[in-house]
Amino acid sequence: MNGAISVSPDIRNILTGLMAEYAMAIDEDRLEDWVELFDERCDYRVVTRENVEQGLPNVLMWCDNKDMLRDRVDSYRNVNEYNLHYDRHILGPLVFRSNENSVWSFDVAYSLFQTTLEGESRLFSVGRYAVEAVFKDNRPLLKAVKVIADTGLIPSLLATPI
Amino acid sequence: MTPDIAWPRNDYSRVPFRLHHDEEIYALEMERIFRGPAWSYLCLEAELPNPNDFRTTWVGDTPVVVTRDKTGALHAFVNRCSHRGAMIVRELRGNANRLVCLYHRWCYSHAGELTGLPFRQGLKGEGGMPKDFDMKSNSPRKMKVQSLSGMIFGTFQPERAEPLEKYLGEFGVGIVKRFLNRPIKILGYSRQKIHGNWKLYAENLRDTYHASLLHEFFVTYGVDRATQKGGVKMDGRHRHNMNHAFAASDTQEDAKKAYADTAARLDRMQLKDQKLLSFRNEFPDGMNLAAPTLFPNALLIQINNSLGTRQIRPKGVDAHEVFQTLFAYADDDEAMVRHRLLSANLVGPAGFVSMEDGEAIEVVQRATAAERDGACAVIEMGGRGAVKDETHRVTESPIRGFWSYWAELMGVEAPGGIK
Repeated sequence: MNGAISVSPDIRNILTGLMAEYAMAIDEDRLEDWVELFDERCDYRVVTRENVEQGLPNVLMWCDNKDMLRDRVDSYRNVNEYNLHYDRHILGPLVFRSNENSVWSFDVAYSLFQTTLEGESRLFSVGRYAVEAVFKDNRPLLKAVKVIADTGLIPSLLATPI
Repeated sequence: MTPDIAWPRNDYSRVPFRLHHDEEIYALEMERIFRGPAWSYLCLEAELPNPNDFRTTWVGDTPVVVTRDKTGALHAFVNRCSHRGAMIVRELRGNANRLVCLYHRWCYSHAGELTGLPFRQGLKGEGGMPKDFDMKSNSPRKMKVQSLSGMIFGTFQPERAEPLEKYLGEFGVGIVKRFLNRPIKILGYSRQKIHGNWKLYAENLRDTYHASLLHEFFVTYGVDRATQKGGVKMDGRHRHNMNHAFAASDTQEDAKKAYADTAARLDRMQLKDQKLLSFRNEFPDGMNLAAPTLFPNALLIQINNSLGTRQIRPKGVDAHEVFQTLFAYADDDEAMVRHRLLSANLVGPAGFVSMEDGEAIEVVQRATAAERDGACAVIEMGGRGAVKDETHRVTESPIRGFWSYWAELMGVEAPGGIK
């Protein structure tokens, strides 16, 4: 991981807004909107810190383009069964790492709580997003989101995205 | 002390729910099964490639360290300092000349022998351990360890255990060799904590009936349907089991007839990116789905081209961890490794065809928690009476085989119980 770089308030505001919408779209069960925050050519994966630190490539979830993200969401909506719950993401500030070839790279710490239909909340996952974002027609889009979960021991199961 | 279990039937087609909630039963399982004569899966040799490598694991609720000594021999012993009970190895894995407890720096060899302790002779003639303190008899409890094609098993009671090959049977030995037919490389791990008794997971793995019903992804996208050719195979004692299916051995019409409720979806739902479903046949038997379970704690799993092992780690009477190790073959090229990793979307805690298991088990645990009056699970799909191999998958009889052997090891068999 590189050290932090400084960026203009405008860039920080826009990309902070992108990540806020990322979290809120999942938390409000607008998964179709969440998918639309990604570029057509994108990469979303959930890995664990345990594997990353051992240099192991295993993924818990991996979509290497936007169609695979759409398939995940379609499958959740129509096919898969999972624990009925609400999600709530709490994000930390963006820590910018680089800006190369018009790609902004930054890290964001997250915690994700889940709440059952009967109102009981638990910490579901804590970790970091390693994000790459670009601008297309002045609109920020996600090129890559790597969720590096400290919480390698998944409570119950992992269905809705982190 | 042996608990009294009122089995309503001698073929284990009724199983009292309280067996998933009783603390006394749980403690006895740890003693009589996991620390008893059963062979438990520990880890893979590929995880201990070098001399002096070590790795921590669990056998039931007992912490265990598995090592490869400097001569290359494998060992396993309880990961607990014989002095005051601290965990000797705290890391998940590593390589060291000796294993040292942090508390008072007692030292152990890779074979699990106590080899040294600070101030044993005292200082300036004062203090220290008694002169007759015996290092050897104060070493941690060892397991007998044996590797089969690189899959490492261990037992705490070798004097009572069958030889490993006999324990696994022709079926078990053959299936381990099928998966580990050449050198492998580890792709990584996933862990899942399911809030249900470990035996609910053991049952789930022996229940081929649920697969295409609970995991609707299987049917919807044609990865696996009960209309495909397949079945269940067991060892002679019916303690190990394999649910399996052969790729592309049914038609869309067969499936539509069998799955009336989901038939409408079969035509409508299509994955936009089909590569998730692509299967490269890589075994002579042509199976695209194979899930052999080895009593008490192991599963080998093939879903298309994702390959792995799972280890069940009981965590108290009402929870267990499923520890999954994904692997590739050492001679796989980069494209094949990528294909296996993409196939991993199907399995594990977030798997398209496995995520539901966590939920199904948890809702059983919740709904049966208060049960004390003898209510039982009904296990009759596939028939009553003797348990045998089947060439269809409309059965859950391997679950009865599991309970039969569980009852034998626990010393609580039903009068005239089937084997």
